[in-house]
Amino acid sequence: MHLGRVMGTVVATTKAEGLDGVKFLIVQPLDKHQRDTGTPVVAADAVAMAGLGELVYYVASREAAEALPERFVPVDHAIVGLVDQVSLVEADQ
Amino acid sequence: MKIAQVVGTVVSPISHPIFEGQRLLLCDLVDTDGSANGYLIALDVVNAGVGERVLICDEGTSARQILGVTTGPIRSVVVGIIDQIT
Repeated sequence: MHLGRVMGTVVATTKAEGLDGVKFLIVQPLDKHQRDTGTPVVAADAVAMAGLGELVYYVASREAAEALPERFVPVDHAIVGLVDQVSLVEADQ
Repeated sequence: MKIAQVVGTVVSPISHPIFEGQRLLLCDLVDTDGSANGYLIALDVVNAGVGERVLICDEGTSARQILGVTTGPIRSVVVGIIDQIT
């Protein structure tokens, strides 16, 4: 699982079976210092509470589909939690 | 499994039910020479602390087996605290 920041929403009326009612958000992957890293991904919102600008953590690959009520759906990223606080302790910082 | 160093914790009050009451650790993935190479947020089942070198199992079915569930969006679990690497 990785940290991400919600950047926007995606609306798709025509979707694959099983994706009805699933909210899609654009998520910018972050490194551990919460700096942008890599290209944004579209993730299903499994907590149904993530909003714009929110710090979240998400799962990728097969586990993303496990986050949704319907398990066998074509989803490769899913937001599984909202992040309140990240405590980072590093010797080299 | 992957070798990692625990560098922090993640607090998440609102999450998928499978994470409720669980501890999330921010872990630097490290090479055998100790250099960091990316990071992971992993669930802690061995009470690892910040600064410790740990083993992370990064595979969904094994992770769910450890938690005793058959479904759930969980993939990375800290499964051991490393004493020594030779």
